[in-house]
Amino acid sequence: MHRGWYFRNKPIPGANCMRVGLFIPCYVDQFYPQVGIATLHLLEKYGCEVVYPPNQTCCGQPMANSGFGHLTQGCNDLFIKNFSEFEYIVCPSGSCTLHIKDHLHGSYEGPGDGADGIRRKIYELVEFLTDVLKVENIDASFPHKVGVHQSCHGQRGLKLSQMTELMAPPFSKPEKLLKMVKGIQLIDLGRKDECCGFGGTFCVAEEAVSVKMGKDRVADHLQHGAEYITGADMSCLMHLEGILRRQKSPVQVKHIAEILDSKE
Amino acid sequence: MKDHAHLATEFNKDEPRVDWHDKTLWFIREKRDKAAGGVPEWEWLRDTASAIKENVLSNLSEYLLQFEDHATQNGVVVHWAADAKEHNEIVYGLLKKHGVDKMVKSKSMLTEECHLNEFLGEQGIEVVDTDLGERVVQLAGEPPSHIVLPCIHKKKEEIGEIFHEHLGTPAGNADPQFLTHAARLHLREKFITRRVALTGVNFAVAETGEFVVCTNEGNADMGAHLADVHIACMGIEKLIPLRQHLGVFLRLLTRSATGQPITTYSSHFKQPRPGQEMHIVLVDNGRSAHLGRKDFRNSLKCIRCAACFNTCPVYRRSGGHSYHTAVAGPIGSILSPNLDMKKYSDLPFASTLCGSCSNVCPVKIDIHEQLYKWRQVIVQDGNAPVSKTMAMKTMSWVLSNPSVYHTAGKAGRWFMLRAPFTVNNGLNPWYKQRDMPEVPKESFGEWYKRNRK
Repeated sequence: MHRGWYFRNKPIPGANCMRVGLFIPCYVDQFYPQVGIATLHLLEKYGCEVVYPPNQTCCGQPMANSGFGHLTQGCNDLFIKNFSEFEYIVCPSGSCTLHIKDHLHGSYEGPGDGADGIRRKIYELVEFLTDVLKVENIDASFPHKVGVHQSCHGQRGLKLSQMTELMAPPFSKPEKLLKMVKGIQLIDLGRKDECCGFGGTFCVAEEAVSVKMGKDRVADHLQHGAEYITGADMSCLMHLEGILRRQKSPVQVKHIAEILDSKE
Repeated sequence: MKDHAHLATEFNKDEPRVDWHDKTLWFIREKRDKAAGGVPEWEWLRDTASAIKENVLSNLSEYLLQFEDHATQNGVVVHWAADAKEHNEIVYGLLKKHGVDKMVKSKSMLTEECHLNEFLGEQGIEVVDTDLGERVVQLAGEPPSHIVLPCIHKKKEEIGEIFHEHLGTPAGNADPQFLTHAARLHLREKFITRRVALTGVNFAVAETGEFVVCTNEGNADMGAHLADVHIACMGIEKLIPLRQHLGVFLRLLTRSATGQPITTYSSHFKQPRPGQEMHIVLVDNGRSAHLGRKDFRNSLKCIRCAACFNTCPVYRRSGGHSYHTAVAGPIGSILSPNLDMKKYSDLPFASTLCGSCSNVCPVKIDIHEQLYKWRQVIVQDGNAPVSKTMAMKTMSWVLSNPSVYHTAGKAGRWFMLRAPFTVNNGLNPWYKQRDMPEVPKESFGEWYKRNRK
């Protein structure tokens, strides 16, 4: 089915075709393949020529955020090798994208290390759709009440949406896209952009606080009638899903790519 | 010694209390948003304050000498203390010189950092903290849990009990107005009878030799105006170059701290009144070393508003005492490792790096970036547990080798599907209160290979 869909939507040769390297974070690859598939569909739908380099693994963030940045060179070298050739690199995770932007480096310091170009051409999926592809219409429908979780690295790091701490005009790239989806009903939250407590290794190293933060986020969504919680980072959603399932809640998490690629 | 994660786990055993603590501080964060939102040039003020402090840090030695000169000309005695020990001894020396064994003290996080009360207690000096919140924790025998709201972790009923025990208020009375009145009577007696008063310093003006002390209770003024000797203690980073810069900092400080437009009292001290002695103790205590750390120096811009505490989702749910240091919260987590890297090696990890702290900081310290950088420094310095180092090395090896990664991923998913007990058990901290993700039948990589090649 996917194959047929692909060929129907195959980009027209010569028509503004972008060559995009698809970076699927390790935990998405292993646990949430449907998010990778939805991301691929979306990019293809908008005429990109998408390639998934098969030897990719991880951005290196789990080590770096734990203070072991010096152990990430293997991941860095691999990343540079896999993605140097592309015009754009797109990743359905704000956190992994931010890590590459901020911390990818070659095996030596200075220009020509291969990392600099990558740091500038990697995009998180939402920002790629809104800022590069300038998507104004989405052929999707998702007739449900949805709460948007603003993942911190996407929001405060990549500025996907305005931050409540700043005295500045509001905007939200994820919500702009979601509002194009037919039938969707976005709910308001008590705390618009509070961290869910995932935090990489924080989720196990500081288990008590991490879980409490997650429970509070979940409660905010439930109190406001969410049927689904969405966001641009599957890691936060994995954490919230773990709590929802433990609570035997019928509420589900869905990555934003899945909703934007949804036909219900 | 218990680290942040352990202390936070203990704090979280009483979930309704965590909820209460979180909501109380979030209320202050919301008040701050409202107050900041009322100033159209808010972000400009933050930029300006940050730039002024940048200038101060780049020319600190000059401003310090300028300040010393002007303060001395004003008739103030200026002391220099290289560390906490020297600071404590200078204060003790002044008390001894005047033959005094009792003193009142208004809020000063510097004296907390130097453990002045304990030191003076050992010398037989009685110190009464006159800030209401500080007095509460002092009577309870605890350190402050928050630099602006020292007893924010205490409920009013608990304060009623403490006052009943120490000040003789009726048992079971937890009426805030009644308790405040009791504290007022208790403290009035101290103000009137103490000959030495110690205060902190919020801002010291190099241009004039003045200093400004901000309080909501007027307790610094009550102490200083009634005492024969006023000792003001300040970290060397508290300087600002010009008096007009107060127009930036005073507007930012309390809006950031509590959401008030300005502190009830912003008292300017310039010279001793006739017959009074005024002393200023300039304290380094690691600040020069900190200034030399390129990645971390700008944390010395901090004006101690605690906005980063109130916004921090981890602080709100772990409580100030879990940071086991005088200055808790995100800012404490980047200041403390400079004082003792081993002892405070856990603090930079007590964060999800969400970045909210950096956004509320009125002097724009890149707090969350410094947390990340401290993690690297702490690990490189050999402070990581062996088990963690081993785990990280293994992870790095797996993720650096695509074929190992693919095999490990497949094997991991196989085990999770067929032998879920290998992960769904008490040894897995994730599983304790969260379910593991459902295991898909294939990875994205495997799907892609089947569908696109």
